[in-house]
Amino acid sequence: MTTAATVHETADNSEHSSPYALSHLDALESEAVHIFREVAGEFERPVILFSGGKDSIVMLHLALKAFAPAPVPFTLLHVDTGHNFPEVLEYRDRAVAEHGLRLHVASVQEYIDAGKLRERPDGTRNPLQTVPLTEAIQQHRFDAVFGGGRRDEEKARAKERVFSLRDEFSQWDPRRQRPELWQLYNGRHAPGEHVRVFPLSNWTELDVWQYIAREKIALPEIYFAHEREVFQRAGMWLTAGDWGGPKDSESVETRLIRYRTVGDMSCTGAVDSDATTLDAVIAEIAASRLTERGATRADDKMSEAAMEDRKREGYF
Amino acid sequence: MTSTTEQLTEQLSATTLLRFATAGSVDDGKSTLVGRLLHDSKSILTDQLEAVEAVSLSRGQEAPDLALLTDGLRAEREQGITIDVAYRYFATARRRFILADTPGHVQYTRNMVTGASTAELAVVLVDARNGVVEQTRRHAAVAALLRVPHVVLAVNKMDLVEYAEPVFAAIAEEFTSYAASLGVPEITAIPISALAGDNVVEPSANMDWYGGPTVLEHLETVPASHDLTGCHARLPVQYVIRPQTAEHPDYRGYAGQIAAGTFRVGEQVTVLPSGRTSKIAGIDLLGEAVDIAWTPQSVTLLLEDDIDISRGDLIVPSGDAPATTQDVEATVCHVADQPLAVGQRVLLKHTTRTVKAIVKEIPSRLTLDDLSQHPNPGQLVANDIGRVKVRTAEPLALDSYADSRRTGSFLLIDPSDGTTLAAGMAGDSFATAKAVQAADDDAEWDF
Repeated sequence: MTTAATVHETADNSEHSSPYALSHLDALESEAVHIFREVAGEFERPVILFSGGKDSIVMLHLALKAFAPAPVPFTLLHVDTGHNFPEVLEYRDRAVAEHGLRLHVASVQEYIDAGKLRERPDGTRNPLQTVPLTEAIQQHRFDAVFGGGRRDEEKARAKERVFSLRDEFSQWDPRRQRPELWQLYNGRHAPGEHVRVFPLSNWTELDVWQYIAREKIALPEIYFAHEREVFQRAGMWLTAGDWGGPKDSESVETRLIRYRTVGDMSCTGAVDSDATTLDAVIAEIAASRLTERGATRADDKMSEAAMEDRKREGYF
Repeated sequence: MTSTTEQLTEQLSATTLLRFATAGSVDDGKSTLVGRLLHDSKSILTDQLEAVEAVSLSRGQEAPDLALLTDGLRAEREQGITIDVAYRYFATARRRFILADTPGHVQYTRNMVTGASTAELAVVLVDARNGVVEQTRRHAAVAALLRVPHVVLAVNKMDLVEYAEPVFAAIAEEFTSYAASLGVPEITAIPISALAGDNVVEPSANMDWYGGPTVLEHLETVPASHDLTGCHARLPVQYVIRPQTAEHPDYRGYAGQIAAGTFRVGEQVTVLPSGRTSKIAGIDLLGEAVDIAWTPQSVTLLLEDDIDISRGDLIVPSGDAPATTQDVEATVCHVADQPLAVGQRVLLKHTTRTVKAIVKEIPSRLTLDDLSQHPNPGQLVANDIGRVKVRTAEPLALDSYADSRRTGSFLLIDPSDGTTLAAGMAGDSFATAKAVQAADDDAEWDF
């Protein structure tokens, strides 16, 4: 038995003097790149879900590094809720053009206009993304779909595999998941089924921000503190706009805010912040006592199992 | 940027990553320990705690049920049990942690195998009142089989045995000799009370006789990377990068994550299974040229000669190549509900290579409780651990799991529906020797 005393003596020299120790960011980066290359090696028609949010931006950055100097061997898919932040859509289009990528857009608005989806009474369009997403996957016969989901985001996501098999209806069955051993990812699937792949599974919100800072990755401006007209609904600051807010009882005010997540305007809340730089954002997150989704997502607050239920239906 | 943010940023970037797994029986207090580690390292945020408090209150419970933090699925909360491995993340100033929180139920041995497969450390919990029980031996055996480098024995509920040193010493002694006999390389025993907070994050005022680290302190300081100088270098080729652009007309790189050891520019290498040789002309570390790279870095190797290499090949230093074989002998843990039987056709996934295979023999099944061997069981079912002999359609460059967790491990997959059937560890394990013995004994008695 190693006595406690010996453990203390050996601990320090091996940890910091080892020339082979990787920093946590290098370890996470290496793991994510491995996942991208596995998918490129084993699937026919992979696609990256790209929303223009920080997680998908980091995913794209990792994919670019994984295959450099060759181009990224994947197309992009954006599910446009119709209530996206204009700055984010501009960023999306710039990124696509800059890297010579191909972008598919699945539009919630088109589904609503065609009568295939109905607007919810609360105006939230986030849950409505599932149908256009799953139909786009079927239509384009995508067999691997990269998502930027992280296990630290939510307790149902903590149970998600890196390679997550979905049936022909895109459904997630948490009780029938494949055990994931070592770094041996099993991507076998039947025709019609596909695999959701989460290369950022083991990253936390702070890891993502630190990596963005280290790699000097550009982000849409809404992630940094700026003045914006917002109004309060269900304890969250929502952006005023054509999508349906504010109502008569809600009053608009101009506040200094930023966004921690980028999603549909109707359910993504802003946080009060004066963080205008990456360093300030990192300091703010490190000190925050609220989770990313708890602070800014209305859709997760609908019930205790809101995320699990949406994921079961095909949400990412 | 203020100096505080500067300090903070520096502190945050100087960290390494440790993956560890917890194992414990249902009532050993594993959820409490995990809850305490997360809570006392300030990794549970206000909104998560509020949600747990609200649900606990609505169920009529007086105190917040910390298990609700970790039981993420509807079915888990309904039944009050943990069904599946969950991964949790927390950090201190010194290190980032990925915790594979594995369920303690007997029927979920496969989940502990899953959690342990990537863990550099396993925490085995024991109730101080009960000492080493069957389940403890099972956990130790899984940690030994999976070759988790560090094992912590957390003797919990010390508050219920009056913080008595002899109780701890006896359990530590029994566990250590058992685990050492299985080949666990390093064992650290820590007396704790997860409920009262003794020696989890803060040193205990109730156990002056204990001079060692708290659980968190140990997690922060245990070596996470190993000395690679003696390791056999291995690069499974994942993907061939060929831009074929005007800028890079002749670039041909072999991309992969280094599975073990180090590679240097100028080194003579052999490609398996073909056996062709070349020299490393360059190493790209995600866009940056380097002279040396090591596990677990994802890299791209450029070779001097234009030889035929594709996904599934293994690049190794010439002179340190594993033998290739079509007859794999291994210890496997069966992880599927459908059985694995002699004669069954399967797929075998080893590093980046997937080949057809057939199960030729299942020489023995191991009972983890007492490590007894049952010869020729005919099949393995969920959570069984056994020895198998598999014949593959193509040669594999397989290391012994004892030499390399990454190039010595494989999956058996059902070709009909893609189910992962078994987790394999090539070569000998503590399950080997006795199995042969038992089978021989049987043969003698039969005739």
